[in-house]
Amino acid sequence: MRPSAARLLNILVPIKRAVDYSVKIRVNPQQTGIDLNVKHSMNPFDEIAVEEAVRIRERLKDAVKSIKVVTIGPSKSAETLRTALAMGADSAIHVEIPDSAPPPEPLGIAKALRAVIERQKEGVDLVILGKQAIDDDAGQTGQMLAGLMGWAQATFASKVEVNTADKVANVTREIDGGLEELKCQLPLVVTTDLRLNEPRYASLPNIMKAKKKPIEKLSATDLGVDLTPRLETLKVTEPPKRVGGGKVENVDELIAKLKEAGITAVKA
Amino acid sequence: MLRTQAFSFRRTLLRTYATASSPNALVFLEHRQGVIDSGSLSALTAAGQLGGQVTGLVLGGSDEVKVIIETAKKLQGLSSVLHSSSPQYTIPLPETVSPLLEKLLSEGSPFTHVISAHSSLAKSILPRVAAKLDVPAVSDITSVEHDASSNSTTFTRPIYAGNAISTVRAPSSIPIKFFTVRSTAFSPAEFSEGAEAELKTLDPVQVSDSPSEHVSTSLTKSDRPELGVASRIVSGGRALKNAETFQSTLYPLADILGAAVGASRAAVDAGYADNSLQVGQTGKVVAPELYMALGISGAIQHLAGMKDSKLIVAVNKDPDAPIFQVADVGLVADLYEVVPELIEKLKR
Repeated sequence: MRPSAARLLNILVPIKRAVDYSVKIRVNPQQTGIDLNVKHSMNPFDEIAVEEAVRIRERLKDAVKSIKVVTIGPSKSAETLRTALAMGADSAIHVEIPDSAPPPEPLGIAKALRAVIERQKEGVDLVILGKQAIDDDAGQTGQMLAGLMGWAQATFASKVEVNTADKVANVTREIDGGLEELKCQLPLVVTTDLRLNEPRYASLPNIMKAKKKPIEKLSATDLGVDLTPRLETLKVTEPPKRVGGGKVENVDELIAKLKEAGITAVKA
Repeated sequence: MLRTQAFSFRRTLLRTYATASSPNALVFLEHRQGVIDSGSLSALTAAGQLGGQVTGLVLGGSDEVKVIIETAKKLQGLSSVLHSSSPQYTIPLPETVSPLLEKLLSEGSPFTHVISAHSSLAKSILPRVAAKLDVPAVSDITSVEHDASSNSTTFTRPIYAGNAISTVRAPSSIPIKFFTVRSTAFSPAEFSEGAEAELKTLDPVQVSDSPSEHVSTSLTKSDRPELGVASRIVSGGRALKNAETFQSTLYPLADILGAAVGASRAAVDAGYADNSLQVGQTGKVVAPELYMALGISGAIQHLAGMKDSKLIVAVNKDPDAPIFQVADVGLVADLYEVVPELIEKLKR
């Protein structure tokens, strides 16, 4: 045990560089994936995760010892780390994978994160991830990491209250049909839902400062993990196109179309 | 060393049996208030398409489980129902449920596939268990096909908010294939009086030192059909101005049509509607007979949640709103004039 440091939180925020959410994506002609020569940015749920880490520090002040961000991705992912540093993270870890390598799967990422956590001398008390990445839409990494570590997990969080003295966190989660509150012991893995917070924009001075913050570079070999996907992607295709049926002029025509489709009022 | 050898020998034997026989699927059946969730029934249909045996798994408190298994055994396509009850399963948490699943699926398990709905509970549990068993998982699949000769399973699933469809194969090197099912892509399994699945009790695995405990649950009450399974949906966006207008405009129309009420993220973020009503990539994915989008512009994230609806009707003031590109019936008009007129004329 760490006698005095035990009450100090070390937060780790894994982030992912993904195609920007506003980009209208196109499948490549070889049907192996999508055209990636488009604007990328930090996965929106990860921005919420970074923001939450920074807000926890703003609330708990000195009780938060460190906020580290980590990404596992190609060389350009370093830009995403800089963004997170500009938002308020202290330092970053870049597990660099070759630009030509296929994107790792959540299980590979979770194992890499476990290895990163095991390397942290002061330990990690709280891992905050996005609930899903908007490229593969898998939504698995946080749960897999919690499983591998044997830690508590609180997915789809819309509110997080950390009590450092008792080493617990109360988390409100969004579940089907409502909300659920959990009390979780630290160390804990949290995944963020949209309503957790509104991420801040990095200010210019903070962007400048972020350039001086340290980024540690590692490789999958350093961590002793294999990031080769185990599922085979056979092809990527366009979804079937919906044909817009055109417009009607007024409510009467609209009702006629509804009737045509067999839709009428259920009560008069 | 000797031990390891014996162990791997046994494993090889098992593998041989596994390839010789057909797939053996375990479906996690979720339930609420004595009723099996319709998402789980769709997962069961997907499991049936693997072409092998299907076993249901029911967890819960003892009273609930007693009720559920009586219904579950009547489900078509289920050969047996495993059930386990414990006070710890009354409100299942990943930390308390995972150990049971791990035990059930570890060395010597007959199961080749683990299937659930893509629900908030299963999304929390399944990846945790998969990681413990060192296998990847496939999320939110829309089709499934198993090839018994190569022992590989091929899935399709939407990626990039449904703007691309990925076809992935889980090869035979993945001993247990975990996947969650998009319920709108599979019709729910049906009950039949003739069916009688075998019931088997499973001892619960007590977790004495769970790092998480449940504090409270608050569910949004509604008399209307549930959004995820409704055959008609009336959905509102930012144009609804505030919570009162949202309710006073949409609810009467929804009532006349017997429809569930949905909302765009803009409407939810602005506080007009509860977030359980959100339709889209980050909310619910729906595919009703009728989806009526009122004052919704049609951002890709919203379209990802509703574009498989059979008939999409859009009312929007802006003739260039992207929603009109997917709508079967579009009306460029002020929804505050259209909705009352619509209600009036539907009543006749």
